[in-house]
Amino acid sequence: MIHRNSITQLAAGLRAKKFSSVELVRAYLQRIEAGQAVLNAFISVTASQALEAAAAADRDIAAGRGGPLAGVPIGHKDLFCTAGVRTTCGSRMLDNFVSPYDATVVAKLKAAGAVTLGKLNMDEFAMGSSNETSYFGPVRNPWNTDFVPGGSSGGSAAAVAARLIPGATATDTGGSIRQPAALCGITGMKPTYGRVSRYGMIAFASSLDQGGVLATSAADAALMLREMAGFDPNDSTSVNTPVPDYVAALDAPLAGMKIGLIKEFLDEGLDRENERRIRDALAVLERLGASVREVSLPNLPLSVPVYYVVAPAECSSNLARYDGVRFGHRCKDPRDLQDLYRRSRGEGFGAEVKRRVMTGTYVLSAGYYDAYYLKAQRVRQLITADFKRAFAEVDVLVGPTSPTPAFRIGAKTADPITMYLNDIYTIGANLAGLPALSVPCGFVAGLPVGLQVVGPHFAEARILNVAHRYQLETDWHQKSPERFA
Amino acid sequence: MTTAQWETVIGLEIHAQLATRSKIFSGASTAYGAPPNAQASLIDLGFPGVLPVLNAEAVRMAVRFGLAIGARIARHSVFARKNYFYPDLPKGYQISQYELPVVAQGSLDVVLDDGSTKRVGITRAHLEEDAGKSLHEGLGGLTGVDLNRAGTPLIEIVSEPDLRSAKEAVAYMKKVHTLVRYLEICDGNMQEGSFRCDANVSVRPKGSTTLGTRAEIKNVNSFRYVEKAIQYEAARQIELIESGGKVVQETRLYDADKGETRSMRTKEEANDYRYFPDPDLLPLAIDEAFIEQVRADLPELPDEKAGRFSSQYGLSPYDAGVLTASRELADYYEEVVRAVPREPKLAANWVMGELAAALNKESLEVGSGKMPAGQLAGLITRIADQTISGKIAKEVFEAMWAGGEGADAIIESKGLKQITDTGAIERAIEEVMAKNPGQLAEYRAGKDKLFGFFVGQVMKATQGKANPAQLNELLKKKLPG
Repeated sequence: MIHRNSITQLAAGLRAKKFSSVELVRAYLQRIEAGQAVLNAFISVTASQALEAAAAADRDIAAGRGGPLAGVPIGHKDLFCTAGVRTTCGSRMLDNFVSPYDATVVAKLKAAGAVTLGKLNMDEFAMGSSNETSYFGPVRNPWNTDFVPGGSSGGSAAAVAARLIPGATATDTGGSIRQPAALCGITGMKPTYGRVSRYGMIAFASSLDQGGVLATSAADAALMLREMAGFDPNDSTSVNTPVPDYVAALDAPLAGMKIGLIKEFLDEGLDRENERRIRDALAVLERLGASVREVSLPNLPLSVPVYYVVAPAECSSNLARYDGVRFGHRCKDPRDLQDLYRRSRGEGFGAEVKRRVMTGTYVLSAGYYDAYYLKAQRVRQLITADFKRAFAEVDVLVGPTSPTPAFRIGAKTADPITMYLNDIYTIGANLAGLPALSVPCGFVAGLPVGLQVVGPHFAEARILNVAHRYQLETDWHQKSPERFA
Repeated sequence: MTTAQWETVIGLEIHAQLATRSKIFSGASTAYGAPPNAQASLIDLGFPGVLPVLNAEAVRMAVRFGLAIGARIARHSVFARKNYFYPDLPKGYQISQYELPVVAQGSLDVVLDDGSTKRVGITRAHLEEDAGKSLHEGLGGLTGVDLNRAGTPLIEIVSEPDLRSAKEAVAYMKKVHTLVRYLEICDGNMQEGSFRCDANVSVRPKGSTTLGTRAEIKNVNSFRYVEKAIQYEAARQIELIESGGKVVQETRLYDADKGETRSMRTKEEANDYRYFPDPDLLPLAIDEAFIEQVRADLPELPDEKAGRFSSQYGLSPYDAGVLTASRELADYYEEVVRAVPREPKLAANWVMGELAAALNKESLEVGSGKMPAGQLAGLITRIADQTISGKIAKEVFEAMWAGGEGADAIIESKGLKQITDTGAIERAIEEVMAKNPGQLAEYRAGKDKLFGFFVGQVMKATQGKANPAQLNELLKKKLPG
């Protein structure tokens, strides 16, 4: 039952030599082997490298060395570049791509002693809310394998929820950490834009992408984030402010904390049962001494249209480098340059990626730029200003993470708009660059739902503190799918 | 209408590679001539996940240029992506500046052939990265891509459409070339593509104030080609209009072998570059302190230096302009003058005359090591102290150039010392008079022109060594009899 342990417990157990990293990694590799056939959470499992790294971690621990995560197994979303291990981004385009370098996040976690067991499935180029756009097939929700795990970090979320790994890296551009966390019943943390380096994290929409954590508790998320965060001279958008000790700040009492419930999130799209779970969670926070009031962010409902202009615009440019010339998929026997471009990209990208590249190309085109891109950027400023006003009144904002629990595989693939509305409550934090997390707060029809907590810029410690105090009072985060007990 | 009734309107976009050691967004070297792709980092190759980090030195150089042309330095400028597909553009976009460039609204004064000065407006100068190179030769019909140049910093200097002839355009381009080299921000090497230009050319009836439809001639990399390409293009447009045609807005290529421009693509076929601010780079913020630091560091600029040469050395504006055309030439001249402080004009004549011609003949640059300033000064000293005449000096110069010896050694060994002994000159005059009684009689009968004949004969008799002034004086005394 070693997999019932949190990362915090595993790290302590390793240091106390209750078990070795090699034993731990073997145990998790066995779970992965069994779980993979059902969930398809991994794109690559790197067993032999993991065992080597585990042995090295054991030596470090024996010698009294080793970082805070020494010997702890984790997985990386398959868009973090890993030297010598293929990094596919869930796409045929990068099916054959082996990165020559480690992403900063990968290097930092390695330096902290974490052992990588593999690369996790995801929506192609992180574009999707259900993990159904992956070239490597859909990931299944461990709570009910006919259902999606959410996306785009669906592999990371499903693997952690099924305890195939205790924690994983993930990325969040419009909700890709928080929404799958909610749908899989785990804790997902998206930091402030600029808090975690984007270097080596394959770009989808550069002004929105942010790396973060999926784990089973806020305490574990705090521990992993502390090791991942920090200024990186290789990323001009990373911010040079010190990283506080998120773990040390977890236990602060919530007495006197002002919590704002985002009024606009209680809309007709929100499942009523889901709303009840949120209100239950707020009652718990009030019991802990926090005060809750409704706060209005009038421009927030514009988040989805703004996002679906800005993100595709950036993606259309970011994905131009996949041209079959230097790396990635290249069509067979190109006749000429145009043919090389057309077929390499036509064959390499899936339908959702193509839709967004085309949308993005359109909104940046001469004659449309002002009406779409520029206007979207203006509305983005308004949304950011709404948040700023709200944080003048309250310490954190809360609301549901997603409108509904997980849906059946295939249920929304025919209608992209319905699919896009899954992210209606999460996109705002990306547009404003704010830290936000999702914690499990109950079940609707047997499937987990999440409470979202959003904080002001660089208030990671505060929202982790709220989440941790909530988890000390509840046990939703300790529930795991029976099949993977 | 005839050609004389048309006015050509030209604006130049000059691309100057900045002389930074590393690239604008990566740490790779910018040195020229490495084996293909040896200087392409993962960032230059546009690998998945990599990000650009701005080279501060490139910014400093752009600001240096902006201050030198009296421009406005933007406190806040923005990098934008220019999106298009091409194999030598690894990311599928070029990082450039679009709506908010780092340098705006400057100008340069250009001296034209007729000695007049023209102020040419510089709309903007922005920072951007260079693309790589596509190689088509020797690859069996395939195209090779060399990304060593990809990511080399450039400033693109965009002039107003203020230029009215090919010659003006070249004069302006040379001025910019001089300036970037003075500022040590660009090596100016046109063969290696460090300094190249696009010319926007249109024509209109003289007196018209609206602009005609322009053609853009791309990537011309020599002063001569710029002149020829503009001349050709203006003539082509005039002929086209006069024969009832219409100029179409298009991009044209100059074919130096054929001496003509031809269409690359029309406006309709042009790329829509879909510019938007690059989300990987923060807006570039430049503060007052940085600007003042760069300003304090500026060298004496060409116009300032030319002004000083005129007043300090009594040179004509033209001579001062020629001598300050490059910092190396100006420094050389001043080194000569320091050794012969009483002869700045004589020094100027020698530097611009014999020395320039000799260097030019062997395609050498001043400061190449041949004829150091001290040597030339040695020669000028001997002219000034009348040891040799100007004419003999040319012979001495040639010997110095050929053999590398100093002036004094050559004068000594060849016995070229000027004759200043009045007795000796008189004797020579008397001999010449005796040998040429006919000419002497004609001269005395009033044919004054023959004076020159006697000068020549005496010079010949003395192997050119007679002091010319003394000779004149003595002849005037002796010839009338």
